[in-house]
Amino acid sequence: MQLITCPWCGPREETEFHYGGAATVPYPADPAALGDDAWARFVFVRPNPKGPATEQWSHAAGCRRWFTAVRDTRTHRFLATVDIQPEVPR
Amino acid sequence: MSRVDGYGWAIDRSRTVSVTVNGRAYTGHPGDTLASVLFAHDVVALGTSVKYRRPRGIAGSWTEDPTGLVQIEEPFPEPMLQATAVEITDGLVARGVNGQGRLAQVPDHARYDRLHTHCDVLVVGAGPAGLLAARDAARAGADVVLVDDRPTPGGALTGTERIEGRPAREFVADTVAELATHPGVTHRQRTTAFGHYDDGFVLALERRTDHLRDAPTTRSRQRVHRIRAARIVIATGAIERPFVFDDDDRPGILLASAARDLLHRHGVLAGHDVVVATTDDSAYAAALDLAGAGARVRVLDARAAVPTTWAARCADAGVPVEAGTTVHGTRGTERITAVVVGDDRAEVPCDLLLVSGGRNPAVHLFSHVGGPLAYDEARGAFVPGGELDGVEVVGAASGAVDPLEEMPPLVLWRTDGDPARQFVDLARDATVADVARAVGAGMTHLEHVKRYTTIGTGHDQGKTSGMLAAGITAELLGRPVAGLGTTTFRPPYTPVAFAALAGRARGELFDPVRTTAIHDRHVRLGAEFEDVGQWRRPRHYPRPGEDMTAAVLRECAAVRGGVGILDGSTLGKIDVQGPDAEVLLDQLYTNLMSTLKVGRVRYGVMCGHDGMVVDDGTVLRLAPDRYLITTTTGNAAAVLDRMEEWIQTEWPGLRVRLTSVTDHWSVFAVVGPRSRAVVGRVFPDVDVSNEAFGFMTWLDTTLDGVPVRLARISFSGELAYEVSVASEYAPALWDRLLAAGAPEGITPYGTETMHVLRAEKGYPIIGQDTDGTVSPHDLGLGWAVSKKKTDFVGKRSFARPANHDAARKQLVSLLPTDATTKLPEGSQIVSFCDAGALPPPPVPMLGHVTSSYHSAELGRPFALALVRAGRERVGEVVHVPVGTTLVPARIGGSVLVDPEGARRDG
Ligand SMILES: [Zn+2]
Repeated sequence: MQLITCPWCGPREETEFHYGGAATVPYPADPAALGDDAWARFVFVRPNPKGPATEQWSHAAGCRRWFTAVRDTRTHRFLATVDIQPEVPR
Repeated sequence: MSRVDGYGWAIDRSRTVSVTVNGRAYTGHPGDTLASVLFAHDVVALGTSVKYRRPRGIAGSWTEDPTGLVQIEEPFPEPMLQATAVEITDGLVARGVNGQGRLAQVPDHARYDRLHTHCDVLVVGAGPAGLLAARDAARAGADVVLVDDRPTPGGALTGTERIEGRPAREFVADTVAELATHPGVTHRQRTTAFGHYDDGFVLALERRTDHLRDAPTTRSRQRVHRIRAARIVIATGAIERPFVFDDDDRPGILLASAARDLLHRHGVLAGHDVVVATTDDSAYAAALDLAGAGARVRVLDARAAVPTTWAARCADAGVPVEAGTTVHGTRGTERITAVVVGDDRAEVPCDLLLVSGGRNPAVHLFSHVGGPLAYDEARGAFVPGGELDGVEVVGAASGAVDPLEEMPPLVLWRTDGDPARQFVDLARDATVADVARAVGAGMTHLEHVKRYTTIGTGHDQGKTSGMLAAGITAELLGRPVAGLGTTTFRPPYTPVAFAALAGRARGELFDPVRTTAIHDRHVRLGAEFEDVGQWRRPRHYPRPGEDMTAAVLRECAAVRGGVGILDGSTLGKIDVQGPDAEVLLDQLYTNLMSTLKVGRVRYGVMCGHDGMVVDDGTVLRLAPDRYLITTTTGNAAAVLDRMEEWIQTEWPGLRVRLTSVTDHWSVFAVVGPRSRAVVGRVFPDVDVSNEAFGFMTWLDTTLDGVPVRLARISFSGELAYEVSVASEYAPALWDRLLAAGAPEGITPYGTETMHVLRAEKGYPIIGQDTDGTVSPHDLGLGWAVSKKKTDFVGKRSFARPANHDAARKQLVSLLPTDATTKLPEGSQIVSFCDAGALPPPPVPMLGHVTSSYHSAELGRPFALALVRAGRERVGEVVHVPVGTTLVPARIGGSVLVDPEGARRDG
């Protein structure tokens, strides 16, 4: 049972966290402009690196904040966990 | 009797304990194990082996024993325990296991518990290395947890050693006493660290009551400690292993260290005529100790030369030592009577054979968490072969050599003989012949050999046999052990009962049960409940003599013909607030929510990126910057998560906040043509007419000063009012509504009736009528998909050609043409049917039945189904296999009751 460092709460047990997939696949700015193939890639295709992967996690049974984590898929070690920076809405 | 005076520091000879094993009564002392009691009575055979039914006895003195298994009958049935690890208490009844154990057929009323601990240093093992590590850490002011699996501290110390200038037992007592003076130290015996996980997390099982005669009933029997430590010291010692020879499984063959342990700890001489077969120095101490206690002992050392100091001590004690000689087989039936010795295969009579084939450092906990192991060629053992952050291995577990060792060991896995009679793993009845078969089948990695032979998969997890299997595999392959890969140790180190792992999470506490604020009312009304997610909801309210079908038909008729009331409080409710609330909802719902006027309600559908329906519900606009949305009961948490993910990850900075208010508001649906009269009576200040209070609108009012919200929402097609109140007022409001509806015969109805009523109207239940491959259009909900919005989640997927395939499955109704068969939900629908027979397989499938009920309104059973090109097929007859018959059913539109919607406004 790993400890994962929530940027807000500090190290907590992994069972408190929820994995939310790759952090590197943003919702397209204009889905209507994408062809079927490009859209299908957004919906279904995700990076699967051997090594550091940038992922979204949420501290689901804690502060309920989502954050970005860099995790080495070979060792499961978390290399970094950082707060998602606020952006201006579209 | 083989109890010897002057030995046995662990037993209390002033008291006698009576136990029964295999139907015979034995007496022992507090501090004895079942194994020591049996040896004290010269009993070595216990049960029979799992595969070949060979007689089996006890081959160790603690959890390393691969074979001495007992079934406990009293005080509580428990299978497959090691006789060496069962502490005796009065009245204990056990029998040897013949192959397999037997689970209790009665409930276990003992308590099991868990405890969380955080500490600076966790020391596993209270032998000399562990005690010193704990003492060092304690003196440095650390918070220390020291756990040890045996009843008493001291590890493998026999009491004959000297440590820090004192006799070993004195050293142990002094150190334990000092530890007790440090407030930061927690010391637990009978506590086995059985699993080691990432980041300093260790699970340990504490046995708290089995060894006590009168344990307080309030005390948990076992406790799982969940320990998170900044630093872990593994001081788990080493486990002696035998070597393999013909008939090496016979009762009366024991590890040398075990015989020594039995003598010093329990005062038991395991045999009187003893042969010691060894490959290293350590067995000499056992030979000398047993001889000193009165046994006739001879030593066979497989090494070409013998250690001179040990040999000289043996000579003084009258213990003959032969170099370059070892065991090739045994004689006897229920107990060994002779060993077959040396190249001339001479038979040497004996009643006990002690074997010592080297030591396996107990590296299990180091390996559990990924610690690398290295093969020590000289000692024939896996030792820690690298570093782990925050983990230290000390003492014998680290592979450290015994300072008393004079001569290096001989690495010997087996002697010449018949592979089929050479048992490698006594727990699994696996022989050298089995290993040879695995190698012959092409296995070259230890993990593969383990799986092929099952060696190391028994209750002892190969504590003594794993290394033997590796060595023998290497020999058979003609390769070095180091080249075979290492076997990885996995938790648990020793068996752990499921009851202990479950702890208090049993029965009612297994999973939380959520009940609504008026659960007691439902119980009083005689409701039958069903679980919906974690919620317990009334399914129907049977009257005396009614089954579910009768109750639901009655409830349905009451709603459609008069008025009914449903506790809808379990619906998920999310309060969405902020200036950008409408932006968020427009993105997540398929329809427009920004155009919804304050005071109005809109039905909404949510899809995934793939354009398939994930949830639906109603949306109330409370203010320009505030909405209250509802979700399906079982999906509330998932919808909230999904919305949070959007505002935190995709569109961070959106000025909107979400709050779950599911439990805060109780909601009662008052439904049916007479609902207006009932609601009007309870809320005389509210104009409940259709003109003043139209469909899909809401308004706030008060009842005796308590705020109440009314909404014209219908999930049945009937005139209906949803009445919401803060949950603390829910019982009073429910009682008021029921009292006010008495003249109309207001009828409480449950989820089953709700399902029938909504199905009659073709309203889908997401998750029942959908399965993740169903779009809003498939459900006939195209009207709820906005064409104005440039984007929302799922929109782009609707443009895929596959979404416009005319052959997609669509939601339709099915009416069995016999008007009597209720089609089982999940039934397949087939098309081509020739004279009532199925076409040859593969039978073409048209779809499946998603919902099926008896309808009071229609006076017949009906179903909803997903059918290929269903809407085009309306009027067609399809067939549904039910058991061995094919039931014809006619496809219809999805709305079977009041398709014009005339009843909605009363
Ligand atoms: Zn947190």
